Amino acid sequence: MSALLEVSGLSRRFGGLLAVNDVSFSVGQGAIVGLLGPNGSGKTTVLNMISGHLLPSGGDISLHGKRISGLGASRISKHGVARTFQLVRALPSLTVVENVTVALAFGRQKLWGVAARERAMGFLDQVGLAHRADHLAEDLTYIDQKRMELARALAADPELLLLDEWLAGLNPTELQSGIGLIRSLGSSGITILMVEHVMEAIRALCSQCVIMNAGVKIADAPTADALSDPAVITAYLGEQHA
Amino acid sequence: MTSRLLCQITGFLTIIIALTALPFFVGPYTITLMIGMLGYVALAIAWAMFSGPTRYVSLATVAFFGIGAYACAVFNESLPYPLLLLVAGLIGLAVALVVGLATLRLAGVYFVIFTFGLAELVRQLVTWFEVNITGTLGRYIFLPVTPEGIYWQLLALSAFAFAISWLIGRSRLGLALKVIGEDEVVAAHCGIAIARIKLALFALSAVIMTLVGAIQAPRWTYVEPSIAFNPTISFLTLIMALLGGANRLMGPIMGAVPLFLLFEWLSANFPNHYSIILGLVFITIVFVLPNGVLDFVEKGLTHRITAAAKPAEVQK
Repeated sequence: MSALLEVSGLSRRFGGLLAVNDVSFSVGQGAIVGLLGPNGSGKTTVLNMISGHLLPSGGDISLHGKRISGLGASRISKHGVARTFQLVRALPSLTVVENVTVALAFGRQKLWGVAARERAMGFLDQVGLAHRADHLAEDLTYIDQKRMELARALAADPELLLLDEWLAGLNPTELQSGIGLIRSLGSSGITILMVEHVMEAIRALCSQCVIMNAGVKIADAPTADALSDPAVITAYLGEQHA
Repeated sequence: MTSRLLCQITGFLTIIIALTALPFFVGPYTITLMIGMLGYVALAIAWAMFSGPTRYVSLATVAFFGIGAYACAVFNESLPYPLLLLVAGLIGLAVALVVGLATLRLAGVYFVIFTFGLAELVRQLVTWFEVNITGTLGRYIFLPVTPEGIYWQLLALSAFAFAISWLIGRSRLGLALKVIGEDEVVAAHCGIAIARIKLALFALSAVIMTLVGAIQAPRWTYVEPSIAFNPTISFLTLIMALLGGANRLMGPIMGAVPLFLLFEWLSANFPNHYSIILGLVFITIVFVLPNGVLDFVEKGLTHRITAAAKPAEVQK
């Protein structure tokens, strides 16, 4: 399996705080990889650097062997990286379908007009929001806004999809359908890197897990091995459980 | 859909033709009034073009307006008139690009303050230059342009600005501007080249403002920095666009026309209390109509319609 995303020696400093410290890992083409770690371990910062929201202080990120670190978010999106945000970023005064159309209009496909709307409706249907297409985004519930954000990310036609706690806050039924949705995205060929705390979803979806603690990578292995790694258990539960 | 579009275009052209014919039917006072009004219509449209969707509140309107007026004053003897307008527009463009590159990274209140400062800076620079280098503060403009000529030019410029706004509103560019106004992070992640788009729109809006200044300047005959760079022009433009609704195509016009007439009437009838009343009008608009008249009317209508529709639903 060839690597789609290659992260090497990645660091990010916020003033005196080293939030991400020399992290390296790779994500194979078509894989679903979990990025785990206790709160504050730097997972979201890593996602932010991959999507171009933050510039790395050091290290390299490359996609298909092409370096993307140092580019802005709009350039990186053109390389085929799309994401959702931990705290949903809807465009509140636009309608749901317009929110999705944005990614089509300025993404890699440059769709506009009727064709864009049709495609957008397809993505909304995929996440189960087609019936709310013409509502304002601000009128959606938080969970529906998350669905909309995923539809917007999919509309960008990504090769690499970054999900930042997309499954958080779902009830058990919604969680099952959410897991099913992500699995179907994975089998349609999209590579997924997901930050997640819901262990059930990680075990069900991720073939490989990268685990961070305090800005450092502490494990990078197939999911079952990574989760039973003594260093990981120590990070989550403390010394006596390891 | 297309028949509605046809109606709109026909309506637009009819109004333009009627306004073009206006000077043949009215006296010089009306022309003077219309020149002032069209100037503000063009300024408000240009202002809303950039500031409406992006929510970057700019007080630099008079910086560009004044640059246009001053360019006209400086070159009125050395350049033929069409070239004069071109040069004025290019100077406005150059200043807008430099300023835009330097400042469009600022957001919120910092941008407001910067643009206000910019207008003052330009005024002080021009004053300094005139006093220390050319040795004269104030210039005369003698151009063989009739009031009707100025009126027609401003009408053409306003129509142009309106048509451009209409086109932008229907294009992907319009959507990009809206997204930038809502959330720049999302805009960037959706592939929108934020800096380039903001700069382009800021420059376009600035060039229109510059041309308004250049076209109107001959009306004054005598120009000095305190006239050309009067900050009230920035505030009036802003409040006109806000009154109508800066996010709507018709908004700037719906704000500029009534407010201009109101201010004319106030300055004629209450010359001593003009500024006080102006301030009260500003405050009233911000408190009572924060989203503009059009939004207010529309909300009122939908409220009535839903109120009327509800009993019918119950009967079902």
